[in-house]
Amino acid sequence: MILLKFENVTLSYGNTTVIENFSMELSAGDYLCVVGENGSGKSTFLKGLLGLKPPARGKISLVGLEQREIGYLPQKTDIQKNFPASVNEIVLSGCLNECGFLSFYSKRQKNMAIENMDLLGIRDLKNESFKEISGGQQQRVLLARALCAAKKILILDEPCAGLDPVISKKFYKIIKNININKNIAIVMVSHDIRPALSGANAVIHMQQKPIFFKTVEKYRESFSYKRFLGGV
Amino acid sequence: MFDFAREILQYPFIFKALVVGIFVSFCCAILGVSLVLKRYSMIGDGLSHVGFSALSIAVVMNWAPLLVSIPVVILAAVLLLRLSEKNKMQGDAAIALISASSLAFGIIFVSLANGINADVFGYMFGSILAINQSDVFLSICISSIVLVLFIMSYNKIFLVTFDENFANATGINVRLYNTLLSILTGIMIVVGMRIMGALLVSSLIVFPTLSSVKMCKYFKSVVINSAIISVLSFVTGLFISYIFSIPAGATIVIINLFAFILYSIFGFIKERV
Ligand SMILES: Nc1ncnc2c1ncn2[C@@H]1O[C@H](COP(=O)(O)OP(=O)(O)O)[C@@H](O)[C@H]1O
Ligand SMILES: [Mg+2]
Repeated sequence: MILLKFENVTLSYGNTTVIENFSMELSAGDYLCVVGENGSGKSTFLKGLLGLKPPARGKISLVGLEQREIGYLPQKTDIQKNFPASVNEIVLSGCLNECGFLSFYSKRQKNMAIENMDLLGIRDLKNESFKEISGGQQQRVLLARALCAAKKILILDEPCAGLDPVISKKFYKIIKNININKNIAIVMVSHDIRPALSGANAVIHMQQKPIFFKTVEKYRESFSYKRFLGGV
Repeated sequence: MFDFAREILQYPFIFKALVVGIFVSFCCAILGVSLVLKRYSMIGDGLSHVGFSALSIAVVMNWAPLLVSIPVVILAAVLLLRLSEKNKMQGDAAIALISASSLAFGIIFVSLANGINADVFGYMFGSILAINQSDVFLSICISSIVLVLFIMSYNKIFLVTFDENFANATGINVRLYNTLLSILTGIMIVVGMRIMGALLVSSLIVFPTLSSVKMCKYFKSVVINSAIISVLSFVTGLFISYIFSIPAGATIVIINLFAFILYSIFGFIKERV
């Protein structure tokens, strides 16, 4: 089942075009990895996909997917680091896409928040203040929030930036598990290309004209991949 | 202390000011948390100037002041919000432009019509003598509505304040909550202008939050703390202004400033130990 579609999409800021005439589609259960250099437009692609950035040309459409079934982990730089909020308040807010105007949390939602905090090993931090925990812990809080929100798809912008390799590895494992066990599609922007690719089944290599690879094998054989690794 | 409170509460105008002020300062403070943390607090300032003009024109034309100015301020709230959403940097400048020009229009209109009279002066600098029975009734009703709406949408307001992108991405109607917040703010500002005056009323919105974030770790505690500081500062300020016969609005701002300094010092100490 197709979840979303890009048809000849161009994304730009003012006169600067970041992504030009790009088409692709994503199906339920896919695990798509988005790679490319800094400033190549990975975050912009995600913002287009999320409807945060309307395309200058072309069409982005959600097909078998509603906006409220999406979970999102923004890039770290997009978050206010000094915001007064408890870990619990932030993780719970991921559940709000299920609520109507009367936005109180149910018992089930509170349990879901606890479960996801457990999964990421931050349950002890439940009552800590977001601004007083480490960068890596903040990242896990935001991932727990994204997990609460994700019903059909989970969109992650550099989930492992600033995490040590051991925790990163655990992260990738958790994400792969969610992908397989809950049949939630993953779209992930990542810097550490090798571990990220190990779980993926499709790749987008970001450059002026992004290239969409339907399988990781095809990407590994490509010139883009070899050049990218050579350059790292 | 109790004797003193009993003594001054015998004056009906103080009592009315106290009732209206407690409701208004409570509501302004809780709305302010979101506006300040989102860096939208300029909106409060802009709305107070628009509100002042609308109120003064209504007075000159002999229209019902609140009934005219509330719709005008609601319109302005929506407009100002769109401007600051569009472009954070130029949005600020656009708000300054609108607020200064509406103030200018109001003043010129009033002075051409019949000069600055006591009512208009009162809207500028605040006057607790001007509060009448229907103001008390209206401000209690409006404040209660604001409070109920705030509590109903509290969790979403939190999310929209903390991370607008995430809220949008996950299908929350961010624009609805932003619009709701700025409309409610506009209404509270018009209601609060009677006591505080147009020039000072926006301080009811920013000060309590600025103080609270120095000490509080959670969003909920910032909200509760702001409401408490705001009401306490209002009551203290009102009494002090009575004792020394100085303007109430200005006194309340100074008390809020003291609270801010106190919280800053305690926050500083807390961080070191
Ligand atoms: N809000 C913005 N306004 C203008 N230009 C932007 C904005 N955000 C990103 N850009 C530009 O778009 C390009 C792609 O940015 P981005 O998508 O963040 O790259 P990546 O996530 O791959 O590092 C960069 O050149 C960046 O300078
Ligand atoms: Mg990026």
